[in-house]
Amino acid sequence: MSHPVWEVFRQERRGQPMEHAGSVVAPDAEFAETWAREQYGRRGESVALWLVPRDAIRDVEDWADEFDLKYRRVDGYSIKARLREARERAHAAEGGA
Amino acid sequence: MAAVEVPRDEQAFLEYVQSGGQVEATDWMPDEYRAKLVKFIEMHANSELMGVLPEREWILRAPTLQRKLALTAKVQDEVGHAQLIYRVVEDLGKPREQSLADLISGKAKFHNVFHYPTKTWGDVGVIAWLVDAAAIISQKALLKCSYAPYARIMKKICWEESFHILHGRDVILAMVTGTPAQFELVQEALNRWWGPLMQFHGNPIARESDPMWIWRIKSQGNEEARQQFLDGYVPQIRELGLEVPDPKLRKRDDGVWEYTEPDWEELKHVVTGHGPRTEERLAFRKRFLDQEQWVREAVLAA
Repeated sequence: MSHPVWEVFRQERRGQPMEHAGSVVAPDAEFAETWAREQYGRRGESVALWLVPRDAIRDVEDWADEFDLKYRRVDGYSIKARLREARERAHAAEGGA
Repeated sequence: MAAVEVPRDEQAFLEYVQSGGQVEATDWMPDEYRAKLVKFIEMHANSELMGVLPEREWILRAPTLQRKLALTAKVQDEVGHAQLIYRVVEDLGKPREQSLADLISGKAKFHNVFHYPTKTWGDVGVIAWLVDAAAIISQKALLKCSYAPYARIMKKICWEESFHILHGRDVILAMVTGTPAQFELVQEALNRWWGPLMQFHGNPIARESDPMWIWRIKSQGNEEARQQFLDGYVPQIRELGLEVPDPKLRKRDDGVWEYTEPDWEELKHVVTGHGPRTEERLAFRKRFLDQEQWVREAVLAA
């Protein structure tokens, strides 16, 4: 079978993200729309559907991680020990005053 | 390829799925894993497709228009599930036409409960309530399947199944609150279906020796699923004044249900194509596949 695969994305409620739901195989966009509507929208479970030919998806392949980029994320910070020390110092300063 | 890569080595892959890792359609996977996925998911698709036949027989005989519409919707849903699931199998490399051919020829299996006759409207209620309840326990566990595309469509399937169970329970409630004859129809149907229901989740093989669990295709063992079914539904059956036809059935102090050993020989016999309605239903499927061949050809030629 040489028909293309169409990835189906659906939105459950307005404002929600489009989520990958599944895929259909169809000769053209019109058929793809019919299958997707039938399989992912029949019961009103979706407010929007997106159809994307699988070949059209550009997959980001390069995830080089030569550098530690944790400083851009919350798990890059461990503040517990320093916070404790800062509090102790402040407490000592108060007591000393 | 994504930021988190699926290991390209069988042992590392196994460890990856066992620690909760999920796999996408375009990821590398061991042949063994792919073969197990196809076998398991194909049987699920076959069961959805064959599972509508026992109920379909009652669409014309449904007691009210409301019931007829609900039953038709349920049948439509189940065929829709088959379409979603066959698509997952197809993406794993087995064409839909091949799956259907293997179903018709008896090479591929489908669930034991769909090999039995639907004698009365009581059976329709028991199927929609309890067979679907048993099925949803397996399907909810599949939400955690290591193969992500399958896990994702299970979300939609579970959502629709919950309406089926409620519809079935409603059918049962209407009958147990009706005449004594109606009540009796439900009790008789329960007596007929209890054996197949207890066999439904499979023999109590330890999950550690179940390849489907080892690859994390299933996220629970057979006996765990059966215990969950008994725990959830025996009280619901009994509160209606119905009797579960198993004198040994009881919940121990430690919470484990004891029951009469299900007939594993019957299960094996039935799922290998020797159920009371196997032949008739496969012939029915074949007739429709032949009849609709021109539709598939027209679409494929488009």
